[in-house]
Parts: sequence; C-alpha cells; structure tokens
Amino acid sequence: MTVQAGTAIAETAKATPPASRRPFRLGVGKWGLGVYAVLAFVFLLIPIAYTIVFSFNQVRRTNIAWRGFTLDNWINVCDQQEVCEAFGNSVLVAVIATLLATALGTAMAIALVRYRFRFRAATTLLLFLPMATPEVVLGAGLAAQFLTAGVAKGLLTIILAHTMFCISFVVVTVRARVASLDPALEEAGRDLYASPAQVFWRITFPLLLPGIIAAALLSFALSFDDFIITNFNSGAAVTFPKYVYTAASRGIPAQANVIASAVFFIAIIGVVLSQVAAGIRRKRLGQNA
Amino acid sequence: MAFGAFSSSTPVATEPAVRRRSPIALFLLLPGALYLSLFFLVPFVSLILTSFQAPREFGDIGQYDYAFKWENYVTVIQTYLPHILRSFGYAAIATVLALLFSYPLAYFIGVKLRRFPLWQALALTLVIAPFFISFLLRTLAWKQILSDEGPVVSALNALTILPEGAHITGTAGSVIFGLTYNFIPFMTLPIYASLERLDLRYVEAGGDLYASPTSTFLRVTVPLSLPGVVSGTLLTFIPASGDYINASSSFLGAPDTAMIGNVIEANFLQLQNYPAAAALSIVLMAVILVLVAIYVKRSGTEDLL
Repeated sequence: MTVQAGTAIAETAKATPPASRRPFRLGVGKWGLGVYAVLAFVFLLIPIAYTIVFSFNQVRRTNIAWRGFTLDNWINVCDQQEVCEAFGNSVLVAVIATLLATALGTAMAIALVRYRFRFRAATTLLLFLPMATPEVVLGAGLAAQFLTAGVAKGLLTIILAHTMFCISFVVVTVRARVASLDPALEEAGRDLYASPAQVFWRITFPLLLPGIIAAALLSFALSFDDFIITNFNSGAAVTFPKYVYTAASRGIPAQANVIASAVFFIAIIGVVLSQVAAGIRRKRLGQNA
Repeated sequence: MAFGAFSSSTPVATEPAVRRRSPIALFLLLPGALYLSLFFLVPFVSLILTSFQAPREFGDIGQYDYAFKWENYVTVIQTYLPHILRSFGYAAIATVLALLFSYPLAYFIGVKLRRFPLWQALALTLVIAPFFISFLLRTLAWKQILSDEGPVVSALNALTILPEGAHITGTAGSVIFGLTYNFIPFMTLPIYASLERLDLRYVEAGGDLYASPTSTFLRVTVPLSLPGVVSGTLLTFIPASGDYINASSSFLGAPDTAMIGNVIEANFLQLQNYPAAAALSIVLMAVILVLVAIYVKRSGTEDLL
C-alpha cells in the first residue's frame, strides 16, 4: 500500500515540475505541520513522563512534590503489599480473559469469513453492539444480572465481564487476517490428503497466528487497563486500576507508578521489537523482488 | 453490518468467492454467540427490567421487586437532567477539540511521513503510547500538573493570566481537557487510516485544475478522509459521554461537574438504588443511539454502518 503510493508520488514528481505547485502543502509553511506534530507528541507524552519520573521520587507521606531521585520504590515494589496484590489480580484476570476471548473470537472470525449461515446480520450486530455501548452501561447491565442471579461478585465475575468485551475486538482483528488468507493454500493441503485437522493446525493456524497474537495482545491491554466495567463487577476483589481509583483520594504510593512504568516499558519494547522485525522482513522481501 | 465504522484501520480484504455452508460454522459460532448472549444480551434485558423495579414493601435498602414502574424514568430525568445535558455537552466539546487536535497530526503522519516508513511507525507508536500507561494514573498525572501547586497554575499566576485564587482542576474546563486528552488516540488512528490510503494523485489533480491548496484540501482531502473522521468522532464521543473518571472529584472534576456516569456509579454502587442506575443507563444508551443515527445520516456516510 504505502510502497505503491510512494512510487506513484515518485513518478508524478518527475513529471510535474516546480515545487511551488506541490498540491499537498496546506499553506502552513514548509515546517509548520512538522513543528505542530512534534509539539503534539510532547503534549501526548507529558503525563506518561510525569508518571515515570515520580516512580523515582523519594516519598515521605505523599508522592506529589519532587524530593530527589531514588531507586527504592523500584527495588521495594512489594513493600506496598496492596499494590502488588492488585497487580497480580490484574495479570491473572487479563491472562484468563485473553485466553477465553481469543479462543471464542477466533472461531467466530473464521466462521464469519469462511462460511455461509443464517442469522449472519444478527451475529454481526451482536458483535458490534458491545463495542458501541458505553462501558458504564455494559458494567451496570452485568452487575444487575449478577445481582438478579445471586452471583457473588469477585475475580470470577471480573473475568466473565472482561471476556465479554474482548471478544468483539478479537473478531475484528482476526477477521481481517482470515480474509487475507489465500484459500488455495488450504486446498493444496487437502489435495495432498491432509485431514481437516492437519490442514487447520499445519496451514490455517500458523498463517492466522500473527492476527491471533495481535488480538490477544489487544485483549490483554484492554482487560489490564479496564476500570469502569471492573468497578461494577468486582465486589471486594481489587485489580490494579481499581486500587488506583480507591487510593486516588488519599494519595497514590510511588510503587503504583513503578508498576505502571514497568508495564509501559515492556509494552513499548514489545512494539519496537515487532516493528524492527517487520522492517527486517520488508527489507528481505524487497531484496527478493 | 455496522463494522465498517470501527474497523476502517484494517483494510477490508476481498471476501472469498465461495462461502461454504457447513455444520462446522455452527460449531465455530455457537460458543462465542452463546457467550455474548449470556453476558451481553441477557444483562441488557435485565437492565431494562431493573429500570422498572419498585422498592420492596417493608424491604431493606437495596431490595427491589419487579413492577412496571415507568415513573422511574420521569424521576431520573427530572432529578438528573443537568448531569445528562452536561455529559453530552462535555463529550461533544471534547470530541470537537480532539478532532481539531488530531486531524493535522493524522495528516502529518499519514501523508507527510508516507515516504519515511520508519518515522511513520515511530509516530504511530507515540500516538498509542498513552494506551500503555494506566488510564487512571495518566489522568492523575494531569491532576497533579494542573493542581494549584502545580507548574501550570504557578506559571499562569506569574503571568497574571489566571486571577489569584482561581483553580484549573475541579472545573468543567479540566474535565473536558481530560476527556479530550484521554480519547485523542481513538480520534487520531481512524483519521490516520483514512489519510494513509488517500491517493495523492487526486490531490494533485486538484492542483492541476488550478484549485488553490485550500480549496483542494477542503474539496478533495477532507471528503476522502470523512470515513475516518466519522469513526474517530464516534469512538471518542460514545466512551466520553459515559466516562466518569475524568469528572470524578478525586480526579479532574468536582461535585458540580458530575456526569451521567458518576450518577450511575453512585446510584448503583453506593446508594444501591439499582432502578435509578438502570433507568439512567437506558437513557444514556437511547440518547447515544439517536445522536449517532442522526450524525451518521447527516454526514452522508450511511454506507459505513
């Protein structure tokens, strides 16, 4: 996509002379937009930088004023036992909800692209609505149901709730991958007398894997950071966002900043690594072509 | 049906020529569909039922029985009309601000950085970076930065822009600011996805036909990026109108900035007035559906939904 457009520009650039007629110049000067973008990025990063910086603060009673650099909070993360417990709960919930949502959603995505069935429109609507419903309504609805059914709220109800809102996002992500898959590959497998199970596990699944991994990571992130739905369905159980919410009025310990910063660094490293890998792959493909 | 608006970031691939009919489809669909019915549809119905409940006679606080008490809706709308209007007002302003912030940024990433894939990837990473740090902590970070002891208030005081004793946090302005900041990535990404696919030859054709850069932008670029703008505004407006973190008193708000989400939370989790919370949720959902339907119709992108 980008490459095609790039060559198109390159070709037309040769044909059309002076730069004064370059059409996509918005009239904000040559550097205006670039300067704006840099400022916009700085703005987006301000609270992130703040959170990370204050994970290194020497804390007395509150973590509001800067008192000097220390690594203590990082070394003694679990001194604030509640923070660590909440973090553990969040990871547990996110892992189980991700596994459930990814399995259910991937199956639905394959069915939606590959098969004809009745109630297709209804199924699509059923998948779309949870994404278009405000979280507070999803949370209150589930809580009302658990109340009516007499289900005690706790980690289990949080997992059930998170799985629900992750499924739609998994379907959207995996569906694109299934649609771009060449059916001829699976046909070749069948022609070579592979059983349906072999075709699935040795051809379809490996080809879908990048999409499935992307969907799982998205689910994990959505579940890990969810507060609104969790708040309605957690009872006494505490996840990391819920801990932050309840601690907000009395002051957040620096250990919470440590955990948020650590999660941020891991996520950023993951993204950068995957982009570097994609870049290398692109280069290799470019050499072959 | 309605996926288009939300999945515009993933180019819709060509559907395979033949879709087979097979019992396998049922096997693949059923578990997920059942799950969503059980934990999305049934709760929605139970929310509607709850909204009509009446307090149990001689019952404790939090005990309700089903009764067709539609007056619940009249009561909540009368009691919480300011909160309802405030929610949609804040969300609308935040959506417009996020759009103004995001469009030039998305244009820069999607069009200007097109020839530099590495920079483009870096820029996109920066746009989604806020997702990687806890939503609540980044909102609290803004609270500290904008607080009376924070750098912004002292700077504005020193420049005598802000009157002595005035606050930033706890005002409508800071709630709208928080909503805008937190939903910017949801606005930027779909617009970026539209602009990234924009065929620049159309823009060039505008120039060749002697249109000024401004009118080319308004009559070629903007209409072609409209699908992204529509999904971005929906992805911002819907969650923003139901949000109750930014408006909460321990974050960027104050009691007099409470939004509908705050009221639903208070009624459900603290006051145990489940029917009121349920009725308010249904009102929120209904208003959103009506507004979205009008908006989509007006913006002429019905084929999206």
